Amino acid sequence: MRNSFFRQVFWNRFRANRFAMAGALLIVALFLVSLLAPFITPYGPDELDLYHVLMPPSAAHWFGTDDLGRDVLTRVIYGARISLKVGFVAVGIAVAIGTVIGLVSGYYSGHLDNILMRVVDIMLCFPTFFLILAVIAFLEQSIWYIMIIIGLTGWMGVARLVRAEVLSLRERDYVMAVRALGACDARIIFRHILPNALSPVLVSATLGVAGAILTESALSFLGIGVPPPTPSWGNILTAGKEYIEFAWWLTLYPGLAITVTVLAYYLVGEGIRDALDPRLQR
Amino acid sequence: MIAYLLKRILLLIPLMLGITLITFTVVHLAPGEPVEMQISMNPKVTAEARERLKEFYGLDKPLHVQYAVWVKKLVMLDFGRSFAPDNRPVIDKIRERIPITLSLNVISLLIEFGLALPIGILAAIRRDTLFDKGMTVFVFLGFAVPTFWLALLLMYLFGVTLGWLPVSGLHSLGSEDYGPFLWFWDMVKHLLIPVSVAAFGSLAGLSRYMRSTMLDVIRQDYITTARAKGLRERTVILRHALRNALLPVITLLGLSVPGLIGGSVIFETIFAIPGMGQLFYGGVMARDYPLVMGILVIGAGLTLIGNMLADIGYAFADPRIRHGQGR
Repeated sequence: MRNSFFRQVFWNRFRANRFAMAGALLIVALFLVSLLAPFITPYGPDELDLYHVLMPPSAAHWFGTDDLGRDVLTRVIYGARISLKVGFVAVGIAVAIGTVIGLVSGYYSGHLDNILMRVVDIMLCFPTFFLILAVIAFLEQSIWYIMIIIGLTGWMGVARLVRAEVLSLRERDYVMAVRALGACDARIIFRHILPNALSPVLVSATLGVAGAILTESALSFLGIGVPPPTPSWGNILTAGKEYIEFAWWLTLYPGLAITVTVLAYYLVGEGIRDALDPRLQR
Repeated sequence: MIAYLLKRILLLIPLMLGITLITFTVVHLAPGEPVEMQISMNPKVTAEARERLKEFYGLDKPLHVQYAVWVKKLVMLDFGRSFAPDNRPVIDKIRERIPITLSLNVISLLIEFGLALPIGILAAIRRDTLFDKGMTVFVFLGFAVPTFWLALLLMYLFGVTLGWLPVSGLHSLGSEDYGPFLWFWDMVKHLLIPVSVAAFGSLAGLSRYMRSTMLDVIRQDYITTARAKGLRERTVILRHALRNALLPVITLLGLSVPGLIGGSVIFETIFAIPGMGQLFYGGVMARDYPLVMGILVIGAGLTLIGNMLADIGYAFADPRIRHGQGR
């Protein structure tokens, strides 16, 4: 996507898509909110107030308070930090692994390709959530382990995508030309093939962020994700389940936050896909 | 066709070996020793007893020997004994849970396909109408709503506020004394929320997929030809287009197996359904290594079989593959 004309076309098409733009704005807003959290809310995320436990939403506490009297709105805002971090780091890891494996597999083909692709097939057989659970539960609770494990179990799709791109790019004339000029494999792969193979990865990375946020919240909900007292949307919901009969606000708001965030990433991902798809003309 | 089937089945062997290798590595790379869990509950265990315990489970041998022993037993469907206090064979524990998880998944798959295919087809035919747009919004929501949250909301609405449906387990207390009809009705009521939430979660992806394959097919020349012959639109869509549009969906059926099995952990924990997901969750928390490895292998094996059946189904449905032109 280095070609400026192509970038212009892409941007024009993306901008014309109202849903995608709405998603992009939402994501920017989320980043701002989580960055400016201490200035937005007067409470601290761990600030206990045992005189006001499980209070329904009011002027002082817009989203109510939880079982320890903490302000739910504050915790939802701070939870955004966790979700955004997990999404980006986990997907970064997955994309890095997937891209390297896809490049190597597609460029060298032969036996190496065969072995790597069988590994992908095998990894895809595992119910991902089981695999994550099996590893996470044996480690001490930490947000870093979560990001790493989600990344380590999510690279297979990217590897397949990149490999398919490389297989077709490898045979192009311009690659032949670079090779005839005496460039080494590493240079051909990283300078000439990689930049052209990245656009489909962009779509799957964006959708991957949404997936990672959902996975993290599910893990935290089960009590093996982000360790308390750090607020994460998933672990607020754990308390929500506990007190569902008395405090609906503890369940409603963090779930809405997850839904809106994931929705935003999906809209952007779909927008990028449509903007990159040459078959769709507007 | 027979050659194709044989090839598919032979391919299962190396894949299955790979599955066992990854399972073993994942579980054994994790820090902490399995016997610690049993010992920590009983402070009186001596160092000698700890060694005996290790020896009993074969944990004193080098890893590759442990792996070889484990795989050799797997071939005979011997998954070892659970580390849990009851010490039962893992295979027995899994065998009593699998039917529950599988039948739940099959029911929600049926609902999902029953709704998603018509929705996808209609959205494709009536592209850009209000229906299509409404469905697009619905589909995005289906992607974005965390299923466990939806489950909680429905539990609150139907279980707590309205009190129409029970919110946990498979049967009510004392349901053994009900007549067969009431017993069944009781179970249906327990399953209503879990099954519809599970179906809703994957409904979105499937209907979207159906819509896009249908759109691809409708654009093709032979559909124009069918229309030009003067066939009724209904015939064109249902007889000519649908058949080809359904082909890729068969593959998706196989691919959806791991997601369904993985999702069962959350559903079964929320609704206290005694299935494989709940068993796995408990096993993981208690560091019951043989159980965890057994379920991982069986879960991945089920996916493998699901994929193979989907491929074979595809071959039956598509003569291009059956007669060996495709791959």
